[in-house]
Amino acid sequence: MSATASELDTVIRIRGLDNRFGTQVVHRDLDLDMYRGEILGVVGGSGSGKSVLMRSILGLRRPQGGSIEALGHNVLAGSEAGHRVIERRTGVLFQDGALFSSLNVAENVAVPFKEHHHDLPSALRNDLVELKVRLVGLPIDTCMKLPSQLSGGMRKRAGLARALALDPELLFLDEPTAGLDPIGAAAFDQLLRTLQQAMGLSVFLITHDLDTLYAICDRVAVLAEGKVLAIGTLEQVQDYDHPWVREYFHGPRARAAQTAKRER
Amino acid sequence: MNPQPPVQVDPSSSSRLLLAGRWTLAEAASRQAALAHEWHGIAEIDARQIDHLDSAGALLLVQLLGRLQLQPAQVALGPNHQALLAAIAGASQHDGIVPGPHSGLRDVLARIGETTFGLWLQTRMFLGFIGLSLSTLLRTAIHPRRLRITAMVHHIEATGLDAVPLIAVLCFLIGAVVAFLGSTVLATYGATIFVVELVGFSFLREFGVLLTAIVVAGRTASAFTAQIGAMKSREEIDAIRTLGLDPIELLVLPRLLALVIATPLLTFIAMIAGIAGGLSVAAISLDITPEAFLTRFHETVALRHLLVGLVKAPLFAAVIALIGCLEGFKVAGTAQSVGERTTSSVVQSISSVIVLDALAAVFFMEMDW
Repeated sequence: MSATASELDTVIRIRGLDNRFGTQVVHRDLDLDMYRGEILGVVGGSGSGKSVLMRSILGLRRPQGGSIEALGHNVLAGSEAGHRVIERRTGVLFQDGALFSSLNVAENVAVPFKEHHHDLPSALRNDLVELKVRLVGLPIDTCMKLPSQLSGGMRKRAGLARALALDPELLFLDEPTAGLDPIGAAAFDQLLRTLQQAMGLSVFLITHDLDTLYAICDRVAVLAEGKVLAIGTLEQVQDYDHPWVREYFHGPRARAAQTAKRER
Repeated sequence: MNPQPPVQVDPSSSSRLLLAGRWTLAEAASRQAALAHEWHGIAEIDARQIDHLDSAGALLLVQLLGRLQLQPAQVALGPNHQALLAAIAGASQHDGIVPGPHSGLRDVLARIGETTFGLWLQTRMFLGFIGLSLSTLLRTAIHPRRLRITAMVHHIEATGLDAVPLIAVLCFLIGAVVAFLGSTVLATYGATIFVVELVGFSFLREFGVLLTAIVVAGRTASAFTAQIGAMKSREEIDAIRTLGLDPIELLVLPRLLALVIATPLLTFIAMIAGIAGGLSVAAISLDITPEAFLTRFHETVALRHLLVGLVKAPLFAAVIALIGCLEGFKVAGTAQSVGERTTSSVVQSISSVIVLDALAAVFFMEMDW
């Protein structure tokens, strides 16, 4: 899956991004490129600005400086049409699914269809909702359940079904395997890989989970000191000379994950 | 090359269906309409001319295959689309759930049963909650140091002091209205001076305490429910329990005691404001001077009327506080549930206050107080 930049087009291009909260600097002159069809793992310590980066790309937060281009549209231009396109062509899975708590799973998945394709016949919409719920591996009787009646792993799958509703080209995942048991997390990784290959997704994946990194990421970006410290395949990144990177990729947990990968 | 129609039978072979163009969510409705034919004798599908396919298009293809009883292998697809079709076909293998038959009468009966049982459960839970709060109160009375004085004072300020302007204005205006209404009737008998008794009795015995209780129910019961409900849905209540603290002692008692202390004080202010309203109307439009009003008030209205009014205040306060807190504990996770419980707490507390007041009125009349 690894390919050089010239062969692939860029779905996200960030140049000189500056993000500050008051005097606290989160990003300083951050550059990042993400290519079509790859799973880009974004790692970094707590507070290194991974979620802020995602929120900036999605237009949920206005950075203090820099330029962000997603799917060929300037996110920061603030044009309504550009925003609409990005909303339609990206899907987001927030940390705890962020399902609407007063709607059941089927209604949650139907929300993007109703918002962006309200002329869709309702029978076809129901078929599509059912399809997405099945695609993420949920039994069909979860459709009528409320988010509060689901386990954490099922909530994440339901959130993924909603994120995938409009067949996005670009999928954002914020710590999808956090809080899942290892078996559930491995199944989720597998699901992501399958869906990514079937639907040709580009996935922006924020994670702390080393197993996820080793199992499914094509490239890894390390965020530290307000910028992308290193980006490339796992082999390239883990040999980068920086204390945090060394600690992260060569600590006891990383060794376990590497062993697991070799055994696979 | 001419743009090919999205669906057509191959001109060179009548058993082959040709699909072309964009098959995505945006076109799904029209593609579904184009496919809605009785296709006879179609044995294979050539979809290689499809340039855009997403899961909506793939779903339509899979549904078509199902109707024609073909296998996914009998579709010729572009190489980019094979994985997608396989995934979608895999996901839609099973039949959809069949919704159970609906019977209107059965639903109505079920609804009635559910509501009745819910009402019974609610009553039982409320009685249990009263008992729990009272026993915790007794325990705190034995160990007074466990009472959260700071929280209680905070709630007295929020529920009592902050409500003073609202209650004073409301009661002043209603006192004025009662005096106006009474004077129009009394004037026909030349007995406008009885306005004093009218305003005095009604505010001391009923209106002062009832208006206060209604305002407190609307202002405070809803606030209690929302506060405790938000804590419940963020698992703070569970945290309190695991830290070995008692949520009743920590959350309910300060609110209950604060309201029991604040409501009689508010009621007293409400009575004064109502009588002041009556006094103003009497002075301005009935030619009864304030001195004459107060003198007659002093002569005709006995102290027991004030006591009859005030004694109800702590009871109403306790009911309002307990309903508000209990509804808060009933909140279950969702944003909608906080709204439902808050509505329910206001409705329940206002209606129980009015019912209790009616019972009390009958009781005091029978006792001739």
